[in-house]
Amino acid sequence: MNPYDDEHLAQLIGALPPAPEAWVQAAQELPFARAQLDDIVARAEADAEFRRALFADLEQALRLEGYELDSLPLEELRRRLGD
Amino acid sequence: MEIASLPDARLVARCRTGDQDAWRELVRRFSRYVYAISSQAFRLRREDAEDVFQEVFARTYQHLDRLRDDEAIRPWIGQLTRRLCIDRLRAGGREELTDVEPSSVGADETIERLDEALAVHEAMAALPEHCQEILDRFFARDESYQTIGGELGIASGTIASRISRCLAKLRELLEGRNPGREPSSGR
Repeated sequence: MNPYDDEHLAQLIGALPPAPEAWVQAAQELPFARAQLDDIVARAEADAEFRRALFADLEQALRLEGYELDSLPLEELRRRLGD
Repeated sequence: MEIASLPDARLVARCRTGDQDAWRELVRRFSRYVYAISSQAFRLRREDAEDVFQEVFARTYQHLDRLRDDEAIRPWIGQLTRRLCIDRLRAGGREELTDVEPSSVGADETIERLDEALAVHEAMAALPEHCQEILDRFFARDESYQTIGGELGIASGTIASRISRCLAKLRELLEGRNPGREPSSGR
């Protein structure tokens, strides 16, 4: 018996279907989003005006500073700012 | 060398320098494996599988500096995924807490099969692109001849023979890598 007969190969190829694309994209962006989060939190701690702006309107304050909102986990940021 | 062709150890080394493209490739390279372990070996619910998926890659990124051996990223990710799946099952209370790891019975055998599948997918990367595409679409994405024909612009009547030729090429590659390999049992 050939260990690489067609049926066996077909089963092995089929054993690894793609993960949902949204999961993959989120995992690909996560470390960079977290680095940005660290940066924002550090700035908020050091800069009272920036901190006030974040609390007044988080999304607007970030937009004004040039952050890409789509790539940021905003809920996590709100949680960290609230700590 | 293209980033997708880099061996695991060099890819890890590039990730460690903060190379975003390398990190994206690392996630892409292991995404199917991590997904399959949680969904096939441990049969996690979709939302749990997604949490495990994100946690695996978050921890992988955090631990890049502490890996003892860059070559070992593959088993390291496999073990991490296995452990997080077991933690998830325990936390969900869907398994009785005993000294025996929940749901590991049968899971290890499935993971062994997934390891073999990962090696086959890795070998596929050395095939011509049209072969990679057609084999993946037909066997892994479960697409019909009609869909594949439409997407790739080829007559659906020729797809079966193309698949057969591509499987033959894949077999040659695998036999070249593992001469004299013993047949695996019962699959």
